Amino acid sequence: MSGADLEKLIQLLAKLPGLGPRSARRAALTLLKKREQLMTPLGEAIQAAAASVQDCSVCGNLDTVDPCAVCNDKARDSHTICVVEDVGDLWALERSGAFRGRYHVLGGTLSALDGISPDDLRIASLVRRAHDDGVREIILATSATVEGQATAHYVTDRLASTGVAVSRLGHGVPIGGELDYLDDGTLTAALKSRKTL
Amino acid sequence: MLTGANGAGKTNLLEALSLLSPGRGLRGARLAELVRIGSDAPWGVAATLVRGDATHELGTGSDPANSERRLARIDGAAARATDLGSELAMLWLTPQMDRLFAEGASARRRFFDRLVLGLDPTHGTRSNRYERALRQRARLLQEGRPDPAWLDGLEREMAETGVAIAAARRAYLERLVAALALGNDAFPRPAIAVSGLVEEMLGRASALQAEDEFRQRLAAGRGADIAAGGTAIVGPHKSDVIVVHEAKDMLAERCSTGEQKALLISLILAASQLTGAERGATPVLLLDEVAAHLDPDRRLALYGALEALGGQFWLTGTEPGPFQPLLEKAQFFDVRDASVSRL
Ligand SMILES: [Zn+2]
Repeated sequence: MSGADLEKLIQLLAKLPGLGPRSARRAALTLLKKREQLMTPLGEAIQAAAASVQDCSVCGNLDTVDPCAVCNDKARDSHTICVVEDVGDLWALERSGAFRGRYHVLGGTLSALDGISPDDLRIASLVRRAHDDGVREIILATSATVEGQATAHYVTDRLASTGVAVSRLGHGVPIGGELDYLDDGTLTAALKSRKTL
Repeated sequence: MLTGANGAGKTNLLEALSLLSPGRGLRGARLAELVRIGSDAPWGVAATLVRGDATHELGTGSDPANSERRLARIDGAAARATDLGSELAMLWLTPQMDRLFAEGASARRRFFDRLVLGLDPTHGTRSNRYERALRQRARLLQEGRPDPAWLDGLEREMAETGVAIAAARRAYLERLVAALALGNDAFPRPAIAVSGLVEEMLGRASALQAEDEFRQRLAAGRGADIAAGGTAIVGPHKSDVIVVHEAKDMLAERCSTGEQKALLISLILAASQLTGAERGATPVLLLDEVAAHLDPDRRLALYGALEALGGQFWLTGTEPGPFQPLLEKAQFFDVRDASVSRL
């Protein structure tokens, strides 16, 4: 492997969340020391995932099938949709086992400062889903950040004409808290104490 | 007591300490400006906080992966920079603040908000949320054809946090005035008031009414805000702090430089006393080049007041002379070429 390849690998690794240039160099070294057991399988896994994992056309979840396994699961409650910012939040709620309905992943929050407008989020498709027969409640589980709250307000406004009940997560979600960092008990309590708007 | 020539690094040391509290520290520097010139190495400050039998490890520094981000740790666990304020209250007085009463409202407002933060650590979080919503709304207005429902969401957030900020300032002011009434006779007593739209709304209406009123004011003011460049022309980010030399019935900005400094010392001492009484821990005071510019009587009065407060104080000066009265009571350090040695 030439120096340029190694440098490129380190640069790419450093772009991963939680990895700086120093830890990226350490990760690259570990990979190179464990070529057979780690580096090659990791490369193959990355390629396979890149080829097969896609956005669910219904809810925005990531899965190898479309619609995703959650949307396809007939045992789940189809009357309730929980709206989250990112797939990471969906995973957090799934880990907690607190929610048995369907999801809708917005793909971020509205932020004029970051150039993210309503068209950049899955809001129009949420409004379409809300018009479907059978959807009775939409739970907004956006984060308690300024952007998360402004997005929740915006989505509530867009859903007003659909007649679906809209609720927000209740107490227990700390200010600026992201769902992914909350423990399961807190998530369950927040879901139970949700407030209809 | 830190003594040493100008430029030896005394103020840098105080600045490092000041970063153990929320915000930008005593110079108001941006994160990128804190890095050593010509270096991209991350920086960090760590301290052991001892209070009674309890010790806490506080640390803060730049994120090695992103120098624009600040990290904080309390007892080894990741924390928000605003959380540092819950552990440690800190106030400072620097030569730059000599112009506090003469410059624009924003410096006075920041000074006052820092006093509030000393008593109410959540004030910083509220202020950050308000600022964020204010900036989001300003950008949205600048872009033209802003979405009303989006603006509505941001204005709701501004109204909620803005009223909370104004209410915290009013509640603090009331207690500060009471603390000033008990103040030190060696320093002139300031009369102090906060002037601002939302603060005034709270004077005549409940918090909920003020929230509604401020929100409606923001919604009605969108056009005017666009014309002004996007940032809301009213709100707690525009409030001013009015200080008057009570005995002379004179605005602080009209007083002599020496009297202005003495008024500031009165405020800092009263605020420290207040925070000490209510939080059970006197703020750490960083007094940069304060003692040398006081006449000997006031200097002694300051030392007496600090001793009565009973907290930890860091004082700097070029000469050890003015610190003579503290010889038996304080630790003395010499700062030379950015290194510190005990005298
Ligand atoms: Zn799906």
